[in-house]
Amino acid sequence: MEMPVPSASVISRKAQIVARFLQVLPRDSVISDEMETRAYECDALTAYKCPPLCAVLPSNTQEVSAVLRICHEMGVPVVPRGSGTSLAGGALPTADCVILGVAKMNGVIETNYDDRYIKVQTGRTNLSVTGAVETNGFFYAPDPSSQLACAIAGNIAMNSGGAHCLKYGVTTNNLMGVTMVLMDGSIVEIGGAHLDAGGLDLLGVICGSEGQLGVVTEATLRILHKPEGARPVLMGYDSSEVAGQVVTDIIKAGILPVAIEFMDRPCIEATEAFAKAGYPMCEALLIVEVEGSDAEIDAQLKLIKQIAAAHNPVELREAKDAEEAGRIWLGRKSAFGAMGQINDYMCLDGTIPVSSLPFVLKRIGEMSKEFGLDVGNVFHAGDGNMHPLILFDANKPGDLELCEAFGAEILKLCVEVGGCLTGEHGVGIEKRDLMNVQFDPADLEAQMAIKDVFDPAWLLNAAKVFPLASSETRRAA
Amino acid sequence: MIAGTQGPLQIKGGGTRFVGQFEGDRLSTAGLSGISLYEPGALTIVAGAGTPIAEIEKTLAAENQRLAFEPMDHRVLLGTKGTPTLGGMAAANVSGPRRISVGACRDFMLGVRFVDGAGTIIKNGGRVMKNVTGYDLVKLLAGSYGTLGVLTEVSLKVLPDVECTGTLHLHGLTDQQAVAALSSALGSPFEATAAAHFPKGPSGDPVTLLRIEGFETSVRYRAGKLQELLKSYGTVDVTIGDGAEWQAVRDVTAFADLGGDVWRVSVKPSAAPELVARMDAKAVQYDWGGGLIWALVEEGRDLRAALGAYDGHATLIRGMAEVPTFQPQAPALAAITAGLRAKFDPRGILNTGMMT
Repeated sequence: MEMPVPSASVISRKAQIVARFLQVLPRDSVISDEMETRAYECDALTAYKCPPLCAVLPSNTQEVSAVLRICHEMGVPVVPRGSGTSLAGGALPTADCVILGVAKMNGVIETNYDDRYIKVQTGRTNLSVTGAVETNGFFYAPDPSSQLACAIAGNIAMNSGGAHCLKYGVTTNNLMGVTMVLMDGSIVEIGGAHLDAGGLDLLGVICGSEGQLGVVTEATLRILHKPEGARPVLMGYDSSEVAGQVVTDIIKAGILPVAIEFMDRPCIEATEAFAKAGYPMCEALLIVEVEGSDAEIDAQLKLIKQIAAAHNPVELREAKDAEEAGRIWLGRKSAFGAMGQINDYMCLDGTIPVSSLPFVLKRIGEMSKEFGLDVGNVFHAGDGNMHPLILFDANKPGDLELCEAFGAEILKLCVEVGGCLTGEHGVGIEKRDLMNVQFDPADLEAQMAIKDVFDPAWLLNAAKVFPLASSETRRAA
Repeated sequence: MIAGTQGPLQIKGGGTRFVGQFEGDRLSTAGLSGISLYEPGALTIVAGAGTPIAEIEKTLAAENQRLAFEPMDHRVLLGTKGTPTLGGMAAANVSGPRRISVGACRDFMLGVRFVDGAGTIIKNGGRVMKNVTGYDLVKLLAGSYGTLGVLTEVSLKVLPDVECTGTLHLHGLTDQQAVAALSSALGSPFEATAAAHFPKGPSGDPVTLLRIEGFETSVRYRAGKLQELLKSYGTVDVTIGDGAEWQAVRDVTAFADLGGDVWRVSVKPSAAPELVARMDAKAVQYDWGGGLIWALVEEGRDLRAALGAYDGHATLIRGMAEVPTFQPQAPALAAITAGLRAKFDPRGILNTGMMT
């Protein structure tokens, strides 16, 4: 993966830059020692590493503002960082950049149950947002797999989703307001505790802008009361076509499950060996979860089981209690770990129209043979968000490159059938050079024009999202 | 056509939602009509911007699906004629009472194709439900009132229609009590999909409404639970049916035949009653559990001046007041908005009088 040549001028001014930071931040918030900056050399896309020039860990909006003002004045690139769990390299540093980490900013500013929102500092982890309100029966809906570790700042930057967004939506649908610091240090407030902020929908464009428009320091998030209960049903089928049809039939029957998860045979085999969840060995496994009171769940599951049974499942199992529900989810939740036991893997997240599922899975199977790399598929079937996990050996020369080439072919296929490169992980550096597959130059130009307005000098996370050739003149300016 | 034009253009969908000031030649999207893709199993529909909403709703109804955000029909309130279109709805981010539970029009927009002020065709988003590929211009275009470009195609997420609707009626509550009751219901696990309050209902007395939707057994169960939850607010009547009474809430029909200016105010729900007290309005309707105030005030009055500072914003939807239609923004946001408009419409020709 190509990265821009770091600025020798910036690197040569490291001492002055650090000195300026020390004027506005406590000593322990500035990390400039070469050994210590290594802690920030990569995110969860560990194939790429580069220690930053230095890292700063401000404690509040004012400190973020002071840091960005200095970087703006001195022409220093900035890479914002939440918890560093990006699978797309969204927080990968460059050698001439300052990592601006929000980890110290993890407080709850306000909770309001009458108006159903929580205001937090964005370094707070996703799960601890729910943690702050769950004793009152509330939760924050977006639930990315990394929710134990990932920060709200990163969730906003990537517009993170999760398994339950079929019903509850992704981050952008649950974000009501932000406090954001622009690259020049100015602080803006957008939205708040009311719905549909006035003027242009800037909140909508900031969410998912991968830390390229500003640093979001505080966020107002919608919270919901937890449902009375939830219960999954598991079903196995002999072909992905049939499983795909079951998904379609459930949706067409007017039921909106809170989650519909799909796993294929390689993934089932791996998770069984790893987690022993008792899954049936079959081509396609679905986990469908519904919510409500016991009686409501019974009624919905009855309908779902009727639909499932009409398609001759090899297994149809309803959770009778919390323990059985846990077992049904166990395999799905261990899928990534299980694949990781077998080998290194790369996780993609292209999205496709649900109707293309059988065709895309068939093509992935064929390509797996062509490339000689195994792949397992986990899938948010209700919304078409695929997660092919390609296995490779990082120690084998050329294997990573082969894996990346295979991944690129899968993502091109997703676009070809009417889908997109990334459903919830973001573009980062990982899919940056594939953007031309999905977008025409004019489409990318329109997106880059937005960055021009927020960050005219292109100092914020500038080597991400857009193909380097497309953004070159702007970055060089 | 846009590339070749000289002067300003006013962009027209169905001409039913004239909000704000217009000038220049009209550019109609009527020719961009028709549904190009509808996949009920994928909950997705794609259509030209000039497609009548009625046509989309009819097509969806045939598959027992619907536009869940319940777009308001402005014709009743504004006295306009014409046919509401997909493009107009998207450009104005038009939602209805269900916005409080499922989200706004913008939350259901999956993709757009539009032509910017220089005549360049741009696409963003697509037709899949989860898409974080590049910046979300779909949201930016939603509610941009034609100031950044002319929408030509929109794809939407749709949802299953429901078997049954239950409406709970509470009577005689003060505004504070009503908003508290609605908040209590919306903060429960029983999934109210709409929550409105009329300080003066059809009979002149206060009426507070809650809606529950779904399978009939579920609606009956939840209605019962909510009756219990809200019993301290007095008798709670329940009607089970098709929910037709909510169309009047959606379209603010109560104000249709009354003279005066109509303001739409988005606020933090619990702050709404106190704001309403400051409005000195002729009539008021609360939606979104208190988060949306529709206010009928004396013609020509600047309601914003009466409200002072609060968490929210006010739009003049119908009226004569010589004030900006849209809430003036803080200088930093106004500068960003101006910057975006200059990028997308460098000659300043698209709906020039809007959102200023």
